[in-house]
Amino acid sequence: MPSRRVLVTGLSTYWGGRLAQALETAPGIEAIIGVDNEEPTVELQRTEYVKVGAQHALLRRVVEAAEIDTVVDTRLVVDSSTTSSRKAHENNVIGTMNILAACGGPSSGVRKLVFKSSTHYYGSEQDDPAFFDESMGRSHPPRTSIERDILEAEASVAEYAARNPEVSVTVLRCADILGPDLPTALVGLLALPAVLMILGFDPRFQFVQEDDVVHALEHVTQRETPGLYNVAADGVLALSEVAGLLSKPYLPILPPLGTGLAAGIARRLGVSLPPEMLGQLRFGRGVDNRRLKAAGFVYGCTSREAVLALGERMRLHPLLRSDAEPYRYEREVEEFLRWSPNVRSSGTKDAAALTREQVVELRRLLDVYERGTAPDSDVVPGDRSDRPVAP
Amino acid sequence: MAESARTPISPREQPDGVGPGATLPAVREADLREHLPGLEPERQLTDWGRSERVEGLMDRTLVDFFYRYWFRVEVEGIENVPAAGGGLLVSNHSGALPPDAAMIGKAIREEHPHPRRLNITVEHFFKGYPGFSMLIPKIGCVAAHPANVQRLLYDEQELVLVFPEGRKGTEKLYKDRYRLRRFGRGGFVEAAMRAQAPIVPVCVVGAEEAQPVFTQLNMLKKLTGLIYMPLTPTFPHLGPLGALGYLPAKFRLRFLEPIHFERAGMYEDKALVQTTAHDVRSKIQENLLEMITKRRSVWFG
Repeated sequence: MPSRRVLVTGLSTYWGGRLAQALETAPGIEAIIGVDNEEPTVELQRTEYVKVGAQHALLRRVVEAAEIDTVVDTRLVVDSSTTSSRKAHENNVIGTMNILAACGGPSSGVRKLVFKSSTHYYGSEQDDPAFFDESMGRSHPPRTSIERDILEAEASVAEYAARNPEVSVTVLRCADILGPDLPTALVGLLALPAVLMILGFDPRFQFVQEDDVVHALEHVTQRETPGLYNVAADGVLALSEVAGLLSKPYLPILPPLGTGLAAGIARRLGVSLPPEMLGQLRFGRGVDNRRLKAAGFVYGCTSREAVLALGERMRLHPLLRSDAEPYRYEREVEEFLRWSPNVRSSGTKDAAALTREQVVELRRLLDVYERGTAPDSDVVPGDRSDRPVAP
Repeated sequence: MAESARTPISPREQPDGVGPGATLPAVREADLREHLPGLEPERQLTDWGRSERVEGLMDRTLVDFFYRYWFRVEVEGIENVPAAGGGLLVSNHSGALPPDAAMIGKAIREEHPHPRRLNITVEHFFKGYPGFSMLIPKIGCVAAHPANVQRLLYDEQELVLVFPEGRKGTEKLYKDRYRLRRFGRGGFVEAAMRAQAPIVPVCVVGAEEAQPVFTQLNMLKKLTGLIYMPLTPTFPHLGPLGALGYLPAKFRLRFLEPIHFERAGMYEDKALVQTTAHDVRSKIQENLLEMITKRRSVWFG
């Protein structure tokens, strides 16, 4: 069943916003509702924003009222440097639980769930395989709270999938995502003047470009592709190779013994080195990305190209940053643009909702309807012709 | 769910009631092979971390010297190594820092009509040692994980060398030379059957004398945290480089007739796996003994 009415959780997160923007241009999707406890951070044309609490307690009512058939959950925190571990746990475990509760049950109209997870699911250990595929689990129990959260969240998604067999559940495990605007610890680390390494180790890293992640989310939202998928671009690079591509020197100053301690000191000095990244800096991680490719997805660029693009953008970024005015969500303006009868030719809004031909067609139908029913209708003529054609 | 030491390599082996494995999409393995990423020409490393540059440098210098002049390697039956497709080479193993793998790899590059690269499986402990961890993948070694072997043999159609004796082979003392240890748990046979790749048994004579291990220094082993600490003629008293101190024994390699597994699903028959592992082991043992009987001198062959 194709998705028509989509709910995006975590609309204010980078991924929620990007996905909503991408879905807005898809003709088959008639409604996009975004929920979050913070306001959207990107400009949206026809997505409706509903503010909900961090626990998503009232989500069920939103889902039912809007007859949502597809829920896309993009709000999993996979980087402990962005928030406190308590907040991350609240969001990742409790939030996921509540969202799943809102989408479950016999009366629920939800037929598809897309869940964005991370390849941190697999961990990074000495006796790992060189390429994790989706059927594999971790070789050791998780050591950091973020990894525990990811495992727990995925476990509840799996439980949900088992209990709601009529819902098609897709889990996307994304590798390290690269993009100049992403506030992840890894991008922060690569933005340093030199690439930090642990002395004596040259770990393998696999990346995926931010646009590919958005396209992958869109791909699985629009198609019937239940299952687990790794999202990672072709190519696994050694960290020394990454440094070469960014044309930066590498600096093996983290000691092989007592790395955690040294990372703690580095964190104090403002270097983003979250604990879940230390295993990766030592042993690296590669994943098998073939399942998603077999499901028809085509990656826009390889790991190497993603690193090159990041390097280019990082060199330009300091120059461009001052120009761009950050987007600010203003409820009154957004509501006016969406619902006011006085908004007529806002090229932005209506263009996305209805094309010019469709408006003409609608007008014609309304005229026919009015002529056909005029004798016994009590509609005031002046009332109908100027109704906005809001979606 | 995370307690299992080894990760299963196929969905069939997913432990019960664990993870979202229940929702894995059904994709045939053969279909996935088409989606194997190619190597970008601009890159100097493969996805496994193998570096042609480092490998070539080692090959031209150290390996070449040992192969030609130090061990004066002689090779029989090189035609038994398949010229194309996957193949699992199974060999006996010895020496503190075993030279046998490098010599087998060099023999295939030098003597085979279609020179191919060889992937050498090593203990994953090496991944934990600083320095080693950088070098080991660059010269074509991969961790001996069943999933790695499966990917190399089946998906990438490469040659893989395994030492089923593993650590038990390299730990054994000089007095036990050429007496094969237990062949693991037959995992290598299972891997070959799963990938439907032939097994080529390989016998190496000379490596035992090149670096005789007199005893294991358990105190030092504990202090250094290495997986074993042997006493050889040059190690550890001459320092870490002493691990490369090989005596100039004459090397002979013999590649035996390949064993083919054409029928799919053979690996599920555990009894067959065990018998085959046992057969391979006794074949290598027999040939080793025969080669030693013919040998007149340890140093000149």
